[in-house]
Amino acid sequence: MKAPDFDYARPSSLQEALALLAAGEGGAQPLAGGQSLMPMLNFRISTPEMLVDLSGLPELRGLEQTPQGLRIGAMTRYCELEAFPDLAKIQPLVAAALPHIAHDAIRNRGTIGGSVALADPAAEMPAILLALGAVISLDGPNGPRDVAADDYFLGYYETACEPDELITSILLPKIEPGDSFGFHELVQRHGDYAMAGVAIRSSGIAPLAGLRIGFFGVADRALRVTALEDALNGTDGTDIAGALSHLSEIDFQGDTKITAETRAHYAGVALKRALKEMLT
Amino acid sequence: MSKTANITLKINGEDITATVPVRLNLVDFLRHDVGLTGSHVGCEHGVCGACTVEVNGDAVRGCLMLAVQADGTEVTTVEGLSDSGRSAALIRSFTARNALQCGFCTPGMLASALSYIDAGGAADKAAIREHISGNYCRCTGYQSIVEAICDVITENATTEEAGA
Amino acid sequence: MTGPAMIFDKPNSYIGQPTPRADAARLLAGRGRFVDDLQLPRMVHAAFYRSPYAHAKINGIDVTEARAAPGVVAVYTGAELSKHVTPYVGVLSHLAGLRSAPQHPLAVDAARWQGEPLVMVIAQTRAQAEDACELIDPDLEELPAVVDSETALDAETPVLHSEFDSNLAWERTVDVGDIDSAFAAPGVTVVERQFRFGRHTGVTLESRGTVCDYDPSEEQLTVYYSGQAPHMMQVIYSKHLGIAEENVRVISNDVGGSFGIKIHTYGDEIAAGVAAKLLNRPVKFIADRLESFMTDIHARDHVVTAKMGISEQGTIVGIDFDDLTGIGPFSMYPRTSAIECNQVLNLTGAPYAMENYRAKGRVVFQNKTLMCQYRAVGHPIAMAIADCLLEDCARSIGMDPVDVRRKNLMADDSYPRNSTSGMKLDDLSHQKALEKLTEIMDYKGLRDDQEAKRKAGVYRGIGFVSMVEVTNPSPMFYGIGGAPIASQDGATVRLDAGGALHISSSITEQGQGTNAILGQIAAGVFGVDIERVKVSTGDTKTVPYGGGTWASRGAGIGGEAMLQAAHALKEQVLEVAGVLLQTPVEALDIKNGCVVDAGTDNERMPLADLARTVYYRGNELPSDLKPELIATRHYRVSDFPFVFTNGAMAAHVEVDIETGFVKVLHFWAVEDCGRVINPMLVDEQVRGGVVQGIGGALYEECLYSPEGQLMNATMADYIVPMAAEMPEITVAHIETPTKTSVLGAKGAGEAGTGGAPAAIMNAVNDALSPLGKSIWQMPMTPERVLQVINRN
Ligand SMILES: Cc1cc2nc3c(=O)[nH]c(=O)nc-3n(C[C@H](O)[C@H](O)[C@H](O)COP(=O)(O)OP(=O)(O)OC[C@H]3O[C@@H](n4cnc5c(N)ncnc54)[C@H](O)[C@@H]3O)c2cc1C
Ligand code: FES
Ligand code: FES
Repeated sequence: MKAPDFDYARPSSLQEALALLAAGEGGAQPLAGGQSLMPMLNFRISTPEMLVDLSGLPELRGLEQTPQGLRIGAMTRYCELEAFPDLAKIQPLVAAALPHIAHDAIRNRGTIGGSVALADPAAEMPAILLALGAVISLDGPNGPRDVAADDYFLGYYETACEPDELITSILLPKIEPGDSFGFHELVQRHGDYAMAGVAIRSSGIAPLAGLRIGFFGVADRALRVTALEDALNGTDGTDIAGALSHLSEIDFQGDTKITAETRAHYAGVALKRALKEMLT
Repeated sequence: MSKTANITLKINGEDITATVPVRLNLVDFLRHDVGLTGSHVGCEHGVCGACTVEVNGDAVRGCLMLAVQADGTEVTTVEGLSDSGRSAALIRSFTARNALQCGFCTPGMLASALSYIDAGGAADKAAIREHISGNYCRCTGYQSIVEAICDVITENATTEEAGA
Repeated sequence: MTGPAMIFDKPNSYIGQPTPRADAARLLAGRGRFVDDLQLPRMVHAAFYRSPYAHAKINGIDVTEARAAPGVVAVYTGAELSKHVTPYVGVLSHLAGLRSAPQHPLAVDAARWQGEPLVMVIAQTRAQAEDACELIDPDLEELPAVVDSETALDAETPVLHSEFDSNLAWERTVDVGDIDSAFAAPGVTVVERQFRFGRHTGVTLESRGTVCDYDPSEEQLTVYYSGQAPHMMQVIYSKHLGIAEENVRVISNDVGGSFGIKIHTYGDEIAAGVAAKLLNRPVKFIADRLESFMTDIHARDHVVTAKMGISEQGTIVGIDFDDLTGIGPFSMYPRTSAIECNQVLNLTGAPYAMENYRAKGRVVFQNKTLMCQYRAVGHPIAMAIADCLLEDCARSIGMDPVDVRRKNLMADDSYPRNSTSGMKLDDLSHQKALEKLTEIMDYKGLRDDQEAKRKAGVYRGIGFVSMVEVTNPSPMFYGIGGAPIASQDGATVRLDAGGALHISSSITEQGQGTNAILGQIAAGVFGVDIERVKVSTGDTKTVPYGGGTWASRGAGIGGEAMLQAAHALKEQVLEVAGVLLQTPVEALDIKNGCVVDAGTDNERMPLADLARTVYYRGNELPSDLKPELIATRHYRVSDFPFVFTNGAMAAHVEVDIETGFVKVLHFWAVEDCGRVINPMLVDEQVRGGVVQGIGGALYEECLYSPEGQLMNATMADYIVPMAAEMPEITVAHIETPTKTSVLGAKGAGEAGTGGAPAAIMNAVNDALSPLGKSIWQMPMTPERVLQVINRN
């Protein structure tokens, strides 16, 4: 299928872009790497009146290590992040997850901002943001604002970013000595969206402490289950059966590949395996 | 702001200027407007990899990019890879291993294979399989493709050693 | 006639060599010629408005707005189009009792599956045609849909076609021996299982498509076709569009995979031909992926309840099964949708000697995409029934799966003979293939590894299949039933003035390497360098008349015709050479493009000299010598309905019992396809087939909602095998040439797809056996495996 007809603009400043979005009154849609938006256009699922191409905005560029952490401009492509010097030391969780996101050719165009804006429930990045306690910077008609990852993912493809706002950057807080990370996802084929997955940060192992566990591919959005984290904090992470009962807080979703019940089971398996890898 | 746009880009080393509907994707533009029919279309949703081409040196999906987004870029298609000789070693090894049947996936496979080889990828079959896992081939069973890519890497290593 | 030995043992014979394909270079340089590459003057584009419902009454369709949309050239509803094209019915007389209703290219009164084309829009661009489709305003009345094949015959289920009393399309029973008594005999263990084979589809990377061009000045329709059977399509366009057959030219250039998908009559492609004729200009239609999933034929979709009985000593006493298959709302034209079920009835248990066999097949209508012949028609079902039950039986009597096969496989020296179902069999090598298989896979080593791994909580399994593959079909397949499908193929070999051969054949190329093997055969048999052979296929205007490439018939039938033609031309050329060189014909031969003295290979005359003399200086020839430097031969299989290939395969898998994920660690295939013309091409055919078989076994399924909506019609949701998860596949050969031809080649293209699913299922069940669990449903998705593990 061919994309429906639309207008196209490539603004050269953030202000210009925001003005176009505002003027579009919901009919204008940002275009970042297009790796999610283009398939939707090609299926005519998405029928915007105008695409606002973000590639010309200097304000959305940049990838740098700051005293607060790694600041990722919204238009940073996965491949640029992958190539960032010492990524595995600076942000080991991100480095571990990137190879699992789609394929090379898609990571060559897909952006971090696009993934976070879309908030696909099975995408890796949102769960990583939750695990790391990231901060998402937005800008819009009412000026810039920062939203904590915990307050950002609201529902099925629904986020705190309003239609007339743009994500400008994402801050991944600096990791502390003693932090440890876990990542595991269940996929039938390499690069697929996960059937269930977890991204974990802990400020210690044996015992686990200050856990933040982002689940993805389980429900309507990436999410944390704080009761489960609390149950694991202070333990050595080997006996998790009790903690797993808190998974019942998640409203697991079924799809054509698996039922909600199996998803619930897979979420537990992914958690167990991620913890096991962390602890060995 | 308009439903058509003028674009100027370099395709396989040639300067091209065109007026395109903004909704036209890159691979359709290359195939039907520029006449470079070597790149193929298998799904239009980014999954099959048949449309993979190089934009500014990166392998990308031609169906997931608008032609207007390619304004100002350098695009290389399978025709360009062949004309410049960049795919010569792969062409030899694909032929020797019969790493193609219908040949429909082949242009995308070559682009993906080249991005692996150019990035210094190892002659490791599992790693090669993972790298080309975004390129669908219904005919071959993949083994011959993996072997053909592996052969080129091994061959390059031998020539480098001999040269060193 | 020169004996076979002479043909194959010649020093410069290419037969049996891993000669690289000549057309590879073109495809690797991006110079393929696929249908969508074609750009003709004045060409317009078709898009279709398709039924959103599985079943709906068409009260009317308002296309006024669509007609007025930018770029639109024409809009046709089903009612309008039906004035210019006749409907078709997919029945064959030899499938007694098979019935189907008339089918229109665009539905007229009712839509019967989601995706059925209702309106065709022709516009300047495809995008504009799609834009206009969105403006179509149909008045459709949704009707209850028949979705589940298992309830399709129930009294309360609505009947799809008012002219019939039920949704039954066809049924057949085979009953040999006395199965009930055999099962009741003392010491016989009977196992019973219900198998489910999910619907899947071909997912050719190049989707279906056509460019149809009509030239009124010559009343000529030219159809550029991505498919396997140009002459069949010629008849179909001619018959239903009312154009003389000779005025329809079907051209099939490069085809991006077919596997049986592109060999049927699709309404959208026929409609494109009608539009070309009405508009007097070229019309292009290229199916997008969504259209492919919704309208390319689907296959499998069988529910089989099956029993096998085995004696204490491990002898199979018989098989008894009931196969139910849902084929969509119509039987596909012209090959019909009963063939798969018929194959299951014919092929189940064919490798094994047994006395009792009862098989019942029922084919039912339903509101889903049409089902028809896809690669390895019926084979995965037939092989799984027999071989998965056999390993189940072996487990229940404590016998090794290889031993139980050794005991029951027909002896290699027992042919010719019939299968229990009555198929004529000859030149098979099941026992040899199995022995070779166990050697190359190191069976003992794998079993030891399995033991050790089990102790560590790792569940690995080894599964086998012994199989037959139907190849080289004779007229008994389709022709006898009245289908316009040639069962013979023709080949022409022409010596040109420069000494090169131009060859053409009615078989077609979809990547198998058809053109390459034709070249190998002609070059080798005639005696020229393969570089000097140019091949044409796929154009009804220029090639001999024949069936095309399907049912693994290319090498066996088309190859034999080429062998005969090359041989005939050689005799003709040597006759001229004998006169020119004043030498007895028996003392001459052709090698490397030269007429030589037989025996010494002393060069007497380059072929170019001979040809130039004939073509340019005929005055130098005696007046009674009238040389023909061209020969055509046709070949069909006559004494057998088919020629069977056989094989033995094994899979090694690991099942993650916590998640149900199955990883295929390695796969082995031993194949006896008779004479191997090009081992490199055959090995890749087998590997590609195995991977498709793994797809069917583990991943692929067209999933429908209870309302008949196809829920996974994208490549992200319908998952196909990709490189990272596929195993290395070791291929080995046994060569038992078929006696039905000089060439001795049988087909090889479908074995992997036909055999791999059973081997994988057996391997999974072997892995699960310590848990006392087993799975009988394909695809064996992680969730399904997990469910059987968790079932009490
Ligand atoms: C075959 C395939 C496999 C994939 N597999 C995975 C996978 O395994 N895991 C995974 O996570 N992803 C996967 N993806 C999706 C991929 O990661 C996308 O690139 C990503 O989700 C979106 O990034 P993008 O830059 O391409 O965004 P776009 O597609 O351009 O945009 C996505 C959405 O975000 C909006 N948007 C973009 N940028 C901004 C911004 N700065 N501010 C506000 N709104 C914005 C757009 O309007 C649009 O609605 C896959 C994609 C494909 C095609
Ligand atoms: S056509 Fe672009 S990935 Fe399939
Ligand atoms: S060779 Fe046909 S799809 Fe790869």
